[in-house]
This record gives sequence, structure tokens and C-alpha cells, in this order.
Amino acid sequence: MYPSGKYSSRGPALIPRMKTKHRIYYITLFSVVLLGLIATGMFQFWPHSIESTADWTLDKRSVHDAPLVRLPVSSPIPERGDLSCRMHTCFDVYRCGYNPKNRIKVYIYPLQRFVDDLGVPISSTGLSREYNDLLSAISDSDFYTDDVTRACLFIPSIDVLNQNSLRIRETAQALAMLPRWDKGMNHLLFNMLPGGPPDYNTALDVPRDRALLAGGGFSTWTYRQGYDVSIPVYSPLSADVELPERQPGPRRYFILSSQTAIHREYRAELERLKEENGEALLLLDKCSNLSQGAASARKRCYKGQVYDYPQILQESSFCVVLRGARLGQAALSDVLQAGCVPVILADSYILPFSEVLDWKRASVVIPEEKLSEMYTILKSIPHRQVEEMQRQARWFWEAYFSSMKAIGLTTLQIINDRIYPYAARTYEQWNNPPVVKWSSVNSPLFLPLIPPRAPGFTAVVLTYDRVESLFRVITEISKVPSLAKLLVVWNNQNKSPPEESLWPKIGVPLKVVRTKENKLSNRFFPYDEIETEAVLAIDDDIIMLTSDELQFGYEYFNYLYTYKMPGDIKNWVDAHMNCEDIAMNFLVANITGKAPIKVTPRKKFKCPECTAIDGLSLDQTHMVERSECINKFASVFGTMPLKVVEHRADPVLYKDDFPEKLKSFPNIGSL
Amino acid sequence: MQARKKYVLLGLCACCWLVLFYWGGGVQLRLLRLLTRQRGEVVRPWPNWTDRAFLPRYAHLDELQTDPGTAESPRQRRQAWSAIYKDSRCRMETCFDFSRCRRRGREGFRVYIYPSEKNDHVSESYRKILTSIAESRYYTSDPREACLFVLGIDTLDRDQLSGQFVPNVDERIRGYPLWNDGRNHLIFNLYSGTWPNYTEDLGFNIGQAILAKASLNTEHFRPGFDVSIPLFSKDHPQKGGERGWLVRNTIPPRRKYLLMFKGKRYLTGIGSDTRNALHHIHNGKDIVSLTTCRHGKDWEKHKDARCDHDNLEYERFDYQELLHNSTFCLVPRGRRLGSFRFLESLQAACIPVLLSNGWELPFSDVIQWNQAVIEGDERLLLQVPSTVRAVGNERVLALRQRTQMLWEAYFSSVDKIVLTTLEIIKDRVFSHISRNKYMWNSLPGGLLVLPEYSTHLAHFPFYYLGLGISPGQEFTAVIHAVSPLVSQSQPIMKLLQVVSKSKYCSQPGPDNIRLYIARFTVVFLSQTTSRFLPHVAIETEAVLSLDEDTVLLTSEVNFAFLVWRSFPERIVGYPPRSHFWDPLKRAWGYTSKWTNDYSIILTGAAFYHRYYHYLFSHYLPQSLRTLVDRTSNCEDILMNFLVSAVTHLPPIKVAQRKQYKELPSPQGTKSVPWANPEHFNQRQECVNTFANWFGYMPLVHSQFRLDPVLFKDQVSVLRKKYKDLERA
Repeated sequence: MYPSGKYSSRGPALIPRMKTKHRIYYITLFSVVLLGLIATGMFQFWPHSIESTADWTLDKRSVHDAPLVRLPVSSPIPERGDLSCRMHTCFDVYRCGYNPKNRIKVYIYPLQRFVDDLGVPISSTGLSREYNDLLSAISDSDFYTDDVTRACLFIPSIDVLNQNSLRIRETAQALAMLPRWDKGMNHLLFNMLPGGPPDYNTALDVPRDRALLAGGGFSTWTYRQGYDVSIPVYSPLSADVELPERQPGPRRYFILSSQTAIHREYRAELERLKEENGEALLLLDKCSNLSQGAASARKRCYKGQVYDYPQILQESSFCVVLRGARLGQAALSDVLQAGCVPVILADSYILPFSEVLDWKRASVVIPEEKLSEMYTILKSIPHRQVEEMQRQARWFWEAYFSSMKAIGLTTLQIINDRIYPYAARTYEQWNNPPVVKWSSVNSPLFLPLIPPRAPGFTAVVLTYDRVESLFRVITEISKVPSLAKLLVVWNNQNKSPPEESLWPKIGVPLKVVRTKENKLSNRFFPYDEIETEAVLAIDDDIIMLTSDELQFGYEYFNYLYTYKMPGDIKNWVDAHMNCEDIAMNFLVANITGKAPIKVTPRKKFKCPECTAIDGLSLDQTHMVERSECINKFASVFGTMPLKVVEHRADPVLYKDDFPEKLKSFPNIGSL
Repeated sequence: MQARKKYVLLGLCACCWLVLFYWGGGVQLRLLRLLTRQRGEVVRPWPNWTDRAFLPRYAHLDELQTDPGTAESPRQRRQAWSAIYKDSRCRMETCFDFSRCRRRGREGFRVYIYPSEKNDHVSESYRKILTSIAESRYYTSDPREACLFVLGIDTLDRDQLSGQFVPNVDERIRGYPLWNDGRNHLIFNLYSGTWPNYTEDLGFNIGQAILAKASLNTEHFRPGFDVSIPLFSKDHPQKGGERGWLVRNTIPPRRKYLLMFKGKRYLTGIGSDTRNALHHIHNGKDIVSLTTCRHGKDWEKHKDARCDHDNLEYERFDYQELLHNSTFCLVPRGRRLGSFRFLESLQAACIPVLLSNGWELPFSDVIQWNQAVIEGDERLLLQVPSTVRAVGNERVLALRQRTQMLWEAYFSSVDKIVLTTLEIIKDRVFSHISRNKYMWNSLPGGLLVLPEYSTHLAHFPFYYLGLGISPGQEFTAVIHAVSPLVSQSQPIMKLLQVVSKSKYCSQPGPDNIRLYIARFTVVFLSQTTSRFLPHVAIETEAVLSLDEDTVLLTSEVNFAFLVWRSFPERIVGYPPRSHFWDPLKRAWGYTSKWTNDYSIILTGAAFYHRYYHYLFSHYLPQSLRTLVDRTSNCEDILMNFLVSAVTHLPPIKVAQRKQYKELPSPQGTKSVPWANPEHFNQRQECVNTFANWFGYMPLVHSQFRLDPVLFKDQVSVLRKKYKDLERA
């Protein structure tokens, strides 16, 4: 209640006694407030002289403050869109240039209000809320540039989302008036409701020269593949209504038709389907007894029973999306949001973002002719697939349909992918929901190659200073016929490796690499010396053999270990001098999604003579630490990529009752 | 009194100040900027309109939901369309007669080839295309049941200057009673147009026929209707085809040269803009771009200053050597948009860098080319070196793997190219039972994925890893029984008990099993191949295939099943066999001896995915299945061929058991078929017949088998999970 705590506590006590003092106080107070007012006022107007930026004032401007531009009657009209336009003919790539981030730069024209000669605006609505959302999302994204000379793509601020509110000729003139129009080169227009009565063209009727069109409701005849972008028709309901994600699974109704203005021919067909299949179908229509307005848009009726829209969509497995006069329907967005699988009946319709999205995984497209077979077609889809489609549908909505921002940025990303195809997002990035992305395995080495025998493998021996043991390993290993190269990683900085003459004489090239630091991660460094695909990693106190069939390039994992391993794991390993092998197993399991293969029954792979003092693995704390490692790594990877299997690989004739000399690997198991 | 006045005034002032402060907007911000004396970043030039909440919607809800509707009936509209959208605006909806394909449900896709006339000259390549169709499972000799028609006239080369040009095509096709303005016809073409423009003109009116054409231009391409095919040479193999050249992955994945090109330089005419500039990027070190003007008859007439020097440099490098040793290969347009170079570099795992503006890439409907090639722009030739340098190692690896995958799945033989064309059209005709892009673009490729089986990814054995799921916990045992059930002591009864004891077996109780036998015996008596019929009773992903006289232990079944779950796309089982090349007979041999490697696992005791049942019955040609049925033999070999052809990997042998059948007692009257030497000879023949059909030998040898981890180890038996296996 009291405006200022400080004065209110003192005030009442002082007033009756000191009148003059009170007056002084009163004047001081007044002047302080006045000063404050003046100061604030100064701040309001002063900055103009200090900083000449326009953005300050822009921030508090109203749409109606935008400058008015009068279009002369005779101002030029662009040509109609050229159907043969493609990126290489109608798009100026030189504007985009080569840039290391592979991002196009987008410029947005400042808002202007165009009026014709008589002062009538070119559009009945002016800037719409959706278009404003779209433009602010783009201006917030890293596509945006305010430098018109560096821009690769231009977006006019003339709102053409809904053709119904436009005056075609004047809008076209306004477009041509844009300072950088240049026959529409590199200009992008967003339109969701194209065409007008009676024939409803499937693309925006405004003549637009070579401008790209991001349109909702393209047909295959108006869509310029690889040039235009097909976008969804945004449903404002999705902003108003929150539909929580529902677990996929069978729902109350099998098929639901919720559109209100279905052609009577189709409605008759649907009625017939309902007669045949009864309760599985729900055929909703407009409520006749409700008054027009927002309320009626949120209600649907069937035989006097009222249902809430779009909530009812969540009660059905499949939802019909039929074409109307236009091909693109806002209902598609509602249906996806409800996690209902859309059944799209709109011949020749180019589905939203079909350039990158795989609609076959989220929808069922049925030719209009086959409407009568819809029920049988949908029944033939297995349950698990329907669940998968429901999940995918909901995810498509969340990622690409849910807001004007999502729609706008997806459009720009698609154009970006065309201009920098070598940095384009992959199918998996576009289509796999995050759940799948986490659990699935997507390695750049997916081809099942069986490496030729000839190149053999490279053995990498990590050693510190146990020279005798090392030499024994080397001699042992060199007996393996498929060994191609031996690499010794000398991990001791204080001691230099023994002289060349002291090394055992072996038949394959031997190389010693000295490291700068004693780190266990050095074992998995992708040394240039490794030329074979298979790598045998051994400690200096281990003797082990390798399998002949390796499915994956081990070398690649070395590379990954060094460059792609989550940073803290590598540091952890280097700090604790332990677990580098576990880390490697984690990595390989994470990349391949497979379990490692244990080869032959060797358990005691330590040399018996090694004393417990210098053997790192024999330390008591070692084991405890290793369990710690597993927990630590699992938390970094976010999942437990390691898999448990109960098998190991043996040679085919292992331990068989068979002459030993006919076996390929007779010595295995003898140690 | 005064006090009250004062407070009111004070309150008023404070309010004024507060209002000014907030209404002024960003005063704090400005104050901050003023204090720090920094010029603020231009945060967002698209203003935050103060009245943005009052902006109108782009459309009213009513406008969006209540479609204006048209008076025109949809049926009329569709009819009107087919009259309007013809010829260059053809689409499946308007130019294709779907009713022709509906005759027998999903089986409705049949292709008919017009008989060729005696004096017709048919080129080598076209003969191969026709053979591929005639041998495919879609071929029909009855035009009445055909959905698609293919001309007997060679239309591959429509260059009037070429020797293989067939004149008067127009008159001849108009004479065909079934031509019907080209509806439902498929026309193959590799070369169109002629010097100097090389237009897309075929020299006859194709009407509403679907065009499968190489070097298609996006402008003339009718999306969703035409099919772009790759340009292939007349030496392209009919079947099988060479494998890709990538046999090992090198890290880092760079080869000796970064980018290479070796080819003609056009001095004049179409395509010369690009070809004439290629020498600019040559640096002699890691980028080798060689051009020669020595081609055509009168090259010396147009010769320019560069020619002599270029020709010299050109001779210094060998094309094949460059192909093998280059990371990227330039594939610029020639006179036409496509070139042989494209397939060559794809096979060589040399990542193609395309410079061919407006080329509709082969099978662009289904293949995601940006994951396998670098699509350059002819206008930006000089940027190409820096672009390819900027491609990261990981992406190079991925691109290279993808080239190999695509090469082997769709391009390595004429058979594959033609079948892919047919499958694409079939997917359009039955659009709701078609493959999605994931199936087309991941191993093993779209041709081996039959959408009639399922369109759900998790129903196939190949996609578990990619989807992050694992196969089910249960299996179905299919027992192939031929002898009638007479006594309870027959081996089959023992087998049934063994299998039903497994905790992973999905058949409920012994009663049901008996029922199953009763039913199955009837089915199986008729044909040998029927053991691999995709029977509806098989609901689990894993199938355990058994013979009636198989001897197995329950723990062996369990162990094999666990191993299969790690390798769901392969055959996992017990009895191994091997194949070998016999240089004396110049034929493949088959052996059942115990050897150090194996390539076949007999299906007498093996796990595999149930999808292979479907592939076996629907992918393999009738001829092979008839062979198997006639001889009552080899069905297991054929299954191994099939699975190895799909996976390119060997099957997996588990544990020690080799002898999986009880030896026939010498006094037994009933002869066992596999003891018969004739039986063995048949199997030799089978291997060769199958290899012949596949066009190559798909079987792969393996040297290891999978045992339980503690198998035959020196530890207490009590610690082992699979104790029984030790004794077997």
C-alpha cells in the first residue's frame, strides 16, 4: 500500500511537530521524483544522438508503423512462375558462395505496407500472426543475416500465406517492387492456402517470376521437383490445444473420419464402409445445432452425439485425410498431433517435405479410386507396424509440423541441403525419432566386408620396460603366418628402447614407436604404421591369437578411440592407467551394436614367469578400479552398450576326434 | 490532511515513474549499454511487434476446416484429368491403366514382351534386357494377363547416325493392337538425340508409355512416372556381376589421389563448357584432371593451343590406375548427361563428384544419392577442389561404403538394373504395399526385400541393429517329416520331446504338437520345397528347421538359439558342409567331409529367420524350386545359397556336433536317401545349377564355429551352463 517503505516509517511521526522541516522534506521529495522523471525521459530520447541504430525503436514498434508504399497502377508485373525452373537454371548459386559452415544466409525484407493508387491495401489481413512467427523464427536462427549483399536467399515480408486475402495483381506488383527482386532470383515465398474458386489452382496464383515457392498443397503438376518445397498447411489448433502424447497401441476406433466438408460422393462411400464394418468406423460431421464460430470448429457430431475435436482423434488408430477443393488439408496436422496414422486420399498430392521425409513409415496413401477398399487395406497392416507408424506420425508433427518455426526452419534446411549437398542431413537424421537414434547403430562402416587373407594383421604391443617378456611375445607372435607387421609402443619416456641388435630376429617388419607420455590410450592411437585392417592389441605380458574373420575394421575403432571417444573417458583412462581395454570394448559395442568375439579357450593369458610386482593387471586395487570404470563409462555413453553373449569362436575342428595334422590350428588350447 | 495529500502525490509519482520505466522498454538494457559503453549487437532485426498478439490469423479455423468444396464430382474430375494430363504431363493416375494389374490381387503385376520379328536387329544390350525380363518372376507370355508391356523393337539407341538405329518405329508400334497410345507400355532407351544437340527426342511418339531412359533431364522427366536408368555398356554382365572393388577399409580413408578425371575434352558443341574447363583444376599432385582433344574424325581441325600439351600429359596416367587410387572421381557430363564413368567409379568405390546439371540420377525415386555421391554444380567447377577437401574422413568412409552397397544392390548387372526398374513401377502400382526409402537404401537393398511379406521393418532380419531392437525370445520348430507316424518310438517323437522342452520354444503343449504334425505331414508329403513355405502357423521370427530323424539335445537347441539371436540374418546350425572349386572338372564341387572350413549349414538342424521362408518361395524362380521338388534333394543347399546371397556372409556353425542323424542300422529295410551315392551326385549338380542361376557363387567359407564360453575348459562342470554339450 505504501509506495516507499523508507519514507512511510519516518513520515507520520515527524509531521505534527516540525512544519518547516516537513516543507523542506516535501520539496526535496518532489524534486527527487521530478529529477527521476526527467532522467527517464532523457533516456527515452537521448540515445538517438548516441547510437544511430534502428533496432531500438523497432523493438517497440507496432505493425501499423511500417512505412506505407504506394504502388503505381503501371508498375511492372512479374511473369507467371516458370514450370521448368530448377536449382541450376533459376537459382543463382554464386550468391551463396562457398562457406565452411555450409549454411545459407537468409535476408528478410523490412516490413512495408503496400497500398494501391487509391490507398487500398494489397491484402485484407496484412501481416498475419503466423507469418510474423515464421519471420521472427528465421531472424532468430543462424540462417539469418542482416547484410543484404551477403544474402543467398531473400524472404519478402509480404504475407502470401493465404491467397484468399490477397489481391493477386497488386501483390505481384509489390513483389516486383522489392529492391533485390531481380526476376525473383533466390526469393522464397511461403504459401499455405493456394488457389481460389472455382478451380482452385494447386500453387499460388500470384505471378512470381523465378521465385521459389514453399507451398502447401502442391500437386505433381505444379510442384517443381528439386526447386519448390512442399510444406504443411499449418493448423492454428495445434497452438491452442495441447494433446499429450499417447502410448501407441490399439485404440477405440479403427478408422475415424473427422473432416466436415467431404464431398458427398466420398461421404456416401464412407457411409457404406461404416455399414459394412460397424463400430470400427466413426464418421463425424459438423454439428448442426451449434452456432458458427470457434466453438463449432472444436466440436464434431455423429447422430446427435457431440465429440470434442481434436481430442477425439486420439481415440482412433487411423484417421482419414481426404482432399477437398485443395489438396493440402490442415487436418493432416491435427491428425499427426494426435498420433493417429493418417490415411491420405488425395491423388497427385505432394506430401509435406516429401523430399526428405519418408511418409511410408508414418502414413498410408491410398488412391482415391480405392476408397472402398480402405478397410481391407488397413486391416492387412500388422499391429506392430501400426504402433510404429503412430509413433512416427507423432514425431513428424513434433519435429516438422508443430509450429511455424518448425515449418520455416525445415524449409530452409531443405534448401540448404540442396545448395550444399555434400553436407546434407541424412535419411536417418530426418526420419528416425530420437528414441531410435539413441538405441540404433549407425556406423559409417556398415558393409559386411570379409577382409582378404593376404594383408594379414598388425600386432601392436604396448610395453613399459619389461624387455624380456616383450621379446618373448615378439618371438611367439612372429610365428603366426598372417602377421604382417609388428608395432611396439614404447611407453617409457625415461628409458630408451634397447638397441636394434638386441631385438629378436623376425621375418616381418618391426617398428618401435616412442610416446611422449606414459598413457594407456596410446595403444589405440591410429598410428600411420598400421596398414592392415586387422589389429591385434597385446600387452607385453599377454599371448593371444586372433580370429580369421573380422567383420569390422579394427583400425577404424582406433581412429574413433582417439578422435571420437567422449572426452572425459579418455582422460579418465589416462589418469588411472587402467581400463583402456574396457573403454575400447564399450566403443566398439556402441558403434557396431554387437558383442565382441572371444576366441579359443585361453584363460590364462599372462605369462607364468611374470612377477606380481610389475604386472599392472595383478594389482589388487586394479579389479576394484575396473568395476568402477564400467559404471563410469556406462554413464558417459548414456546406455550400456556392452552385450552379454554365451558363445566364443573356435576353429571348426577344435577338440574334435580327428587327426591333428589335418587341422588348421592344431596348437590352440595346448597352452 | 496534508499527509494524505503527500502520500497520494508520492504514490502517483512513483506509479508514473514505474509506468515510464516499463513502457519505455529496455531502459535497463540501454542503461547497461550506456554504462559499458559498448555498442549493442543487433539482436533481432525482425521486430518484436508490440501488437503481435493482436495480429490476425492467416486463416480462420472455419476456413481451414470447412473446405469450400467444388461442385465437380471426384469421379468426373479424375476422368477429366486423364484427358488433360497426357504425354509430357503423364502421371500414373492419368496415363496408367491400373485395372490391368488387378487381375489376380497382388500377383497382378505381369510383364509381357512383344515377340520380335525375324528381320529385326536386336542389340546385345537390349537382348540382355529382354532376357532379364523373360527370366524374372513377373514374366508372362499371355498379353491378356499383362500389366506392363515391353516392346520387342530395340529402342536403346535412337541416335540416327548410329548403326543400331531402327527406322520406322512409329508406324510399327501404331500397328500393334495393344499399343493403346502407349498405355502401360515400358520403353527402354540409353541414347537419344544426335549431333549436335543431343535432345531428348526418341524419334517416335511414345505417347503415354513409361520411359526408362539413361541421361534423363529433370525438365523432361515425368516425376513418379518415368524411371531414370544408368548408362551401361554392352559388356555389362547379364547376371551376378563383379563385386565392388572395396575389400578393405583404410584409415584414414584417403587414397593417393584426391580427385581424378581422365577423358575427352570437347572443343565445340553441347557439353563443351564443362569439359573445356576441367583442365583448370589439374595440379599434377593430388588432383589429376586430364583431357584430350584426340577423338572424333576431324579433331585436328578444331585443335587449339592446349591440345598437344594436354595429349602428352594424358598419356602419362592410366585410367584404371587412377580409378583404383583416387578418393573422388569427377563425373562430368559428356554430350549427354550421363556417362559410363558413373558406374565405373561407383564400382571402384571412388566417390563420384557429379558435374551434370539437370541430370535426373538413376532410380532417383528411391535412392538417396546424396549419401553416396557429391553433387557438384557445373557452374562451380573451381570450387570442387576445396569442397572435396572439406569432406571429413568419417563421411568419406560412409560415402564409399554406400557406393559399394548401391553398386551391388542395383547396378552390377543388367538383371539388377532391369529388375529395379520393374520393382519401382510395381511399387507405384501397389503404392500401399511398397518399400519405404529405408528398405531401398540399406543393406541388402530393395530387390531382396519383398513388400508383400511385410512393410514393417522389424519383420525383416536385416534391420534390427539400425532400429535398435533385438529379435524375439521364441522360436518355432518346423519338422520335415516324410514317413507316416506309426509308433511312439519313432525318432520324431523323441525329437519332439527334446524341442518342446526348450524354454524358448513357442509351441504350447505336447498335445498341440501332435496336432501340428498331423497337419504338416499332409502338407509336406507333396513337395520338398514346401518345408520352406511361409506357413501362417510360423509367428515367431526364429525358425528351427529339423528333419524327422534329427538327433539333438535340448541344451544344444537352446545354445544355438542364443547364438542366432546375435546373428539373426544368418543361418545358425549344426551340420556343416563345404563347397570347393574343382579345377579339373572346371565345376563346383560339394563335400560332406570334415574340413577346416565350411560354407553350408544343413537345414536338418538350423535356425534362421522366417523371412527366408518367404524369400525361398517367392524370390527364387520356379525352375529352381521345380528342380528341388523333382529330385527331392538340395533344398538345404538352395537355402544356403539364398541366405549367403542376401548377406554376403557365411552361415554359422555352433558347437561340436557333426553327426546329426542316427546312423541307419545295417539290417534296416528302409533305405535312407542320403546314404545313396546318386543322392550325392545330384547335390554336386545342384551346386552348379544354383551358381549358374545366381550368376556367381554366393557361398562364403568360414573357419570358426561358436562354442559355449567355457566349452571343454579345465574348470568344474558345475560352473558350465551347457554341461550336456561337453559329452556330445
